[in-house]
Amino acid sequence: MHTEYMSIRHGLLALLSGGPRHGYQLRADFEASTGATWPLNIGQVYTTLSRMERDGLVTPGETDEQGRVVYSITEAGRAETTRWFSTPVARSDRPRDELVIKLAMALTAPGVDVAAVVRLQRTATMRALQQATKAKHAARAGTAQRLVADSAIFQIEAEQRWLDHCETVLASSSEAHGGSRPGPHDPPSQEESP
Amino acid sequence: MTVLQLDAVTRVHGAGDNTVHALREVSLTAATGELVAVMGPSGSGKSTLLNVAGGLDRPTSGTVAVEGADLSTLRLRDLVALRRRHIGYVFQDLNLIPSLNVIENVMLPHELDGVRRATAKKQAASALAEIGLAHMAARYPDEISGGQRQRVAIARALVGERRLLLADEPTGALDSAAGDDILALLRSRCEAGATVLLVTHEARYAAWADKVVFLRDGAIADSTDLSSDGSAASAR
Ligand SMILES: Nc1ncnc2c1ncn2[C@@H]1O[C@H](COP(=O)(O)OP(=O)(O)O)[C@@H](O)[C@H]1O
Ligand SMILES: [Mg+2]
Repeated sequence: MHTEYMSIRHGLLALLSGGPRHGYQLRADFEASTGATWPLNIGQVYTTLSRMERDGLVTPGETDEQGRVVYSITEAGRAETTRWFSTPVARSDRPRDELVIKLAMALTAPGVDVAAVVRLQRTATMRALQQATKAKHAARAGTAQRLVADSAIFQIEAEQRWLDHCETVLASSSEAHGGSRPGPHDPPSQEESP
Repeated sequence: MTVLQLDAVTRVHGAGDNTVHALREVSLTAATGELVAVMGPSGSGKSTLLNVAGGLDRPTSGTVAVEGADLSTLRLRDLVALRRRHIGYVFQDLNLIPSLNVIENVMLPHELDGVRRATAKKQAASALAEIGLAHMAARYPDEISGGQRQRVAIARALVGERRLLLADEPTGALDSAAGDDILALLRSRCEAGATVLLVTHEARYAAWADKVVFLRDGAIADSTDLSSDGSAASAR
């Protein structure tokens, strides 16, 4: 939740660095850049704006004829935007991965067919990858949206490669050690080449 | 309509201690307009599957039918005609001839097939136009990029009335954007009514397919199929 707030906040700041906007405009512009991947509700937008106002990053200005407040970025907000773009995202900020936990537990808990767990997941992951690919090509989107869609595709693909790797490690370890199971924490090795 | 049908196809290489079961009881169908991807680690039988499907290799047991014709019952002459006219092949090593320019490479199989030169040239030009390489027609293979060579090989496989296209790792060593272009091209052929059987070991390319088949030691380990159900087929 914390990181989600952070990325919405920085996304809104980046938009405001291009000029003042009210909440509905911010929501529309955010979605225009990122596609339908992370739909924002207007409540999230205004909650985020009021926290940013408290932190001195934005200031409310005029109210337009429809009663909407137009927000502008402050100097502190600009500095924060610059800092955001010049700092890499930390991997440790990402949430725990249920799949990794499940696989580790499948190897630990008694009576679980780990290979079947891997196979089942791989089929589901492949299907997710097919769907993401299909959605991407149906969308015919601009560059920003295309790269957002590609991000999802590459992440699913990484999971798929990891599952292939798990299967290979599980198969070779049960051949080599007559069924003894490896730890799930071995670093992934290079994919085989074609 | 079913364009390709494999029923319990087994292919055994060698004999005695050297026996290799390259395919074990593989069954698979591909319909008109479908893109089917075959995935699996190296040695799992992907190329063997493609060769058997295209009539370049024969199964030890089981049947292969292309457009309803059981390949094992065809006379050699008819099999050759089917391979030449209706099936296009893109191999891992592209087999472009360095001393021929792009359009001559695309024309060659058709000229060999007895198509008149002028007709072959016209067909080749339209195949090149379709893949966006019309302006490269007079270049030689070593004067174009790897991705462009790959597309020329696909154009060559597409010329004429080819309804079944078999492609073995056509994305080779291309970067992912160029590889995506190849898949977009194959996909558009499917939309135009062709059937494509694609071998790849990369999930991101297999994901363009309607159906994905995983081979493991010559057998189908599992498969996914989006063709019957566009979106809600998730097994989670
Ligand atoms: N002509 C052949 N003679 C003997 N063994 C072969 C021959 N062709 C392929 N094989 C064997 O059959 C298996 C599958 O090969 P192949 O279909 O090329 O796999 P892939 O394309 O998935 O790497 C491998 O074990 C390979 O060594
Ligand atoms: Mg191969």
